[in-house]
Amino acid sequence: MRIRALVVRIWRQLFHDKRTIALMLIAPIFILTLVWLVFNGSTYHPKIGLVNVPSRVSTVLQNEDATVTKYTSTADALAALKAQKLDAYIDYQSGRLQVELEGSDPSKSKAVLLDLQKLELKLSGEEVQQAAKAVQQLQTQVQAMAKAQAQHTGVGQPTGQTGQSGQATGQLTQPGTQLGTATHPAPPQLKQPTIKYLYGSANMSSFDNFGPVLIGFFAFFFVFMVSGISFLKERTTGTLERLVATPIRRWEIVTGYVLGFGAFTTVQAALIAWYSVDVLGMMMTGQFISLLVVTLLLSLTALTLGVFLSTFANSEFQMMQFIPLIIVPQVFFSGLFNLDTMAVWLRWLSHIMPLYYGGDALRNIMIRGESLSSVRGDLVVLLGLSIVFMGLNVVTLRKYRKV
Amino acid sequence: MVTGENREATTERGIQVRAVERRFGKKLVLQAIDFDIRPAEVFGLLGPSGSGKTTLVKLIAGIDEATRGVVTVEGVQMPRRDMLGRIGYMAQSDALYEELTAKENLTFFASLFGLKGKDRARRIEEVMELVNLTDSSRKLVSAYSGGMKRRLSLAIALLHRPGVLILDEPTVGIDPVLRMAIWQELRAMKDEGTTIVVTTHVMDEAEKCDRLGMIRDGRLISVGSPEELKAHTQTVNLEAAFLAYGGVRA
Ligand SMILES: Nc1ncnc2c1ncn2[C@@H]1O[C@H](COP(=O)(O)OP(=O)(O)OP(=O)(O)O)[C@@H](O)[C@H]1O
Ligand SMILES: [Mg+2]
Repeated sequence: MRIRALVVRIWRQLFHDKRTIALMLIAPIFILTLVWLVFNGSTYHPKIGLVNVPSRVSTVLQNEDATVTKYTSTADALAALKAQKLDAYIDYQSGRLQVELEGSDPSKSKAVLLDLQKLELKLSGEEVQQAAKAVQQLQTQVQAMAKAQAQHTGVGQPTGQTGQSGQATGQLTQPGTQLGTATHPAPPQLKQPTIKYLYGSANMSSFDNFGPVLIGFFAFFFVFMVSGISFLKERTTGTLERLVATPIRRWEIVTGYVLGFGAFTTVQAALIAWYSVDVLGMMMTGQFISLLVVTLLLSLTALTLGVFLSTFANSEFQMMQFIPLIIVPQVFFSGLFNLDTMAVWLRWLSHIMPLYYGGDALRNIMIRGESLSSVRGDLVVLLGLSIVFMGLNVVTLRKYRKV
Repeated sequence: MVTGENREATTERGIQVRAVERRFGKKLVLQAIDFDIRPAEVFGLLGPSGSGKTTLVKLIAGIDEATRGVVTVEGVQMPRRDMLGRIGYMAQSDALYEELTAKENLTFFASLFGLKGKDRARRIEEVMELVNLTDSSRKLVSAYSGGMKRRLSLAIALLHRPGVLILDEPTVGIDPVLRMAIWQELRAMKDEGTTIVVTTHVMDEAEKCDRLGMIRDGRLISVGSPEELKAHTQTVNLEAAFLAYGGVRA
């Protein structure tokens, strides 16, 4: 009864505050759309200059959709490279292919190197042997670049840089190594390797990859702020003191908040998920209901944490100060960026961050099509954290009423 | 005081404050407070700003707990959650949900006190009429004037027909006409058996109380009816008596 009164009140407050509703519903959709526009564009086609290169090379590159320009001298090509008209140029000198990359944008460099890799696969016979050495060097570079880039960022890579495409690279290396072996007089027959995807597909975009984490992030961030600030206001305007002068129990206050905002969050989560999947076409192999359950649990954690932390803030501005402290670190550890290259002790930090578990569960459901029961580890942690925060809230409310 | 039987009744109901002390950290805000409030009387707490009036009424309302000593309301030692349903409390600062309408505020608090259905609707109308806000009940509280907010706070405190009413400076910002109406209502509630505790700065309001407690620097310096206090200090009005207790001769 008292809980219901609190829930109704929270809904009415939200209803009167149309701007906050708009923020919670429209802002995630707006940002998701922007991210989608940025990351779901077609793959980048590198601009490659050619100097004295055999025509077959240029044909292959053009087939790979690279923009190819021919230059008569190395100096011309270099000038174009410096003027940023090219991403790379290929020079054929004394039987060897030489490649120079512009190099300031790792993702563009990588696109060039990928095209060169395909070039190697398509060429055969004499040219292959000649190109092989150069390509072998390139591959070492590809790997080095991939490594360097993985350390920089997990976002902004061309299509499908997940564990799966990493395997594909590994397979490609094989024929190259064989080609480079000079002792083999006749090159073994080259066959296009068959590439299979355990999860995902060749045309999965990076938007599909980190979209699930974004959904989790929105569920977390907006609920954290809105519930935190709303509880803070309850404290600073004295209504909390007024509230504890009624026979409401402390746990009823906490439960009322959880249910009131929880109900609203359900609507928000459903809307975000529906928009991402059905409108933006985010990859979704699991069940929609599983997605909702995880988002709800994640926002429950955000809610209880927001209410708890609001105890340590004395104004809305101080509440905002939790964004760089609590939210931003979680973004880094949520799986949006690759954690595997991080120091082990740093990686450990992710285990205390709710968004890490939410992101993991959402990815498993949306990309790998897992069921709720196979992500139960994540769910248990989220639920556990929520219960702990709820308990802490009940305890901190003692400050306002001893009984 | 009077007979043994009456004394018994007094401890059964009413409010008893026994050797109460309240500290905030090292700061001693209330010390050695000892007095009774009889059932169905209007008891005024009078004292300068910062003397500890709010702190004392919060102890009685059961929101705060005394560092030492005992507060009993209607025979029950405070703080007790189940007693809160029988106490009406109006805080010194208006604690209202500004983004809700007056009616929504009332509905919320009425539900917390367990009022429902038709009874709730009727009671909300009654109290709104009492504080003369019926016409503005659908307005957002954020659009209310200071005095209107004060009246709404009072309406909320009256909602559940409490047996004990604690009002912390209830008439600040309320015009004389309405103030008179509110006092009439308080007297009427008293006649129906409600025990009322009011803190105030306003002397003519203090005159309307059955008995007064004078509080200064966290100590209760005197308790008695307005006449008793005046007689004791040999002064003609309460203001002079108040000053006399503070060591000032007007
Ligand atoms: N939570 C608190 N922590 C520390 N000190 C407090 C606290 N609450 C009140 N005080 C101190 O206790 C003293 C009495 O405060 P109180 O609010 O009871 O005064 P008051 O008599 O109601 O004054 P006014 O007439 O201005 O409302 C003040 O000195 C105040 O600073
Ligand atoms: Mg006060």
